[in-house]
Amino acid sequence: MLERLQLLGRKGLSSIEALGSASLLLWHSLSWGGPGSANFSDLIRQLFAVGVRSLSIIAVAGFFVGMVLGLQGYTILVDFGSEAALGTMVSLTLLRELGPVVTALLFAGRAGSALTAEIGLMKATEQLSAMEMMGVDPLKRVITPRLWAGIISMPLLAVIFSTVGIWGGAFVAIDMLGIDEGAYWGNMQASVEFYNDVIKGVIKSIAFGWVVTWIAVYQGYASMPTSEGIGKATTQTVVISSLAVLGLDFVLTAVMFGGV
Amino acid sequence: MVVEQPYISVRDLVFTRGDRLIYDGLSVDFPRGKVTAIMGPSGTGKTTLLRLIGGQLTPDQGSIVLAGEEITTLKRPQLFELRKQKMGMLFQTGALFTDLNVFDNVAFPLRVHTDLPESMIRDLVLMKLEAVGLRGARNLNPAELSGGMARRVALARSIAMDPELIMYDEPFTGLDPISMGMIVKLIRGLNKALGLTSLLVSHDVEECCGIADYLCLVSGGKVIGFGSPNELLHEGSDEVRQFLSGDPDGPVPFHYPANDYREDILAGGN
Repeated sequence: MLERLQLLGRKGLSSIEALGSASLLLWHSLSWGGPGSANFSDLIRQLFAVGVRSLSIIAVAGFFVGMVLGLQGYTILVDFGSEAALGTMVSLTLLRELGPVVTALLFAGRAGSALTAEIGLMKATEQLSAMEMMGVDPLKRVITPRLWAGIISMPLLAVIFSTVGIWGGAFVAIDMLGIDEGAYWGNMQASVEFYNDVIKGVIKSIAFGWVVTWIAVYQGYASMPTSEGIGKATTQTVVISSLAVLGLDFVLTAVMFGGV
Repeated sequence: MVVEQPYISVRDLVFTRGDRLIYDGLSVDFPRGKVTAIMGPSGTGKTTLLRLIGGQLTPDQGSIVLAGEEITTLKRPQLFELRKQKMGMLFQTGALFTDLNVFDNVAFPLRVHTDLPESMIRDLVLMKLEAVGLRGARNLNPAELSGGMARRVALARSIAMDPELIMYDEPFTGLDPISMGMIVKLIRGLNKALGLTSLLVSHDVEECCGIADYLCLVSGGKVIGFGSPNELLHEGSDEVRQFLSGDPDGPVPFHYPANDYREDILAGGN
């Protein structure tokens, strides 16, 4: 019993310690400038690696999710004779919820794990130490551009996901199920509000981008410099950031869309 | 031994890692402009000493003064400035940036720290690469280099900013005789040509005695011998001489401490 209590205490302490060092890492690497700090072209390179390379998976996934929403929505709405509201349903679901959340989950799997593995491997091969000894701060040089690339690209990817998803829904609704094109787009236009739906969704995705990238770079930076350690850190990135995204989603939904 | 004009002065250094005491009041001076080899049994924390001097680790107690600056109390920006101006380090694996080719690896510190025009950076990089004999390999990627070549490129990179101190972490490990000969020649040659202070961590007694001006033997968290290779070979303590001549038994016993052998055998399985 006592041993279990001790174990619990140790785990609690080490989690708090990890949270502390992750916050320190964030504090040091959020701002630009400092010894050997990264420049604009580093940011562009990371935006390409993190954002552009995630584009295909996001677009394909968005299209399929939109199509599924179209089909599922149709079977529900048709019972009430309100299949004309399908456009509204698909777009609101995507903009408010599925766009930011599914993009963040895919982003954690695609870009987050890659970031962790890359940084972990740089640590294991002493590249980060070598940088330090050259008078270049690896936090500024390696972590800062990656962190910002994640924060910037995530909302853009989420917007693309939602857009492609709405097209996917339209493809199913108009071309396959024969819903009137005017009703699909017209109802959507009438009920989707720019601030309440689009902007709030973007705010969610900025928060998710922040959290996922922060977890990914921290896991890489704090990983054990062995092949096993890097593997473990990569898994941790996907698991922790997925859970964090889902938990944070509830909090943000409660705050922004009310009801709680 | 008292060294005149020490470049690095370590005093009463205490460092623990987890529950393990690595250094227990270590004091040593490293002379300016000389090659000093830090030697000792595996796991004594020789590389840790380099990392402490480089400010990558912070000691629990004690002081480390490098070129008049107290490393242990420097703030982060000052520490990076000091490393940029005065230190170079050669890592065991070379630690080349895998996303850059040989030329860009050597150019990296110059591009980050200076505003020199690209034509001048090119000249400087080619000079450094020529010094290590790899000017022709400038377009290769780190994955295409042998271990010895990678270490030579890393050496060119670590002298790119013309440091005063260069630290070599196990530079001879895993090299064939020819590559080893090249690295030995480079360490000695660079030290002389650039007036560097060199610290060398190694197990290799023969190579170290060949190139080092001084040997510093570390064991059990303390310095057990410091002096020229000749002095230590002839006048060092028994433990120092055992280490340098590689005797399997002596003050450091061959047998891990155990109870009496005869009693142990006769005790059978009970």
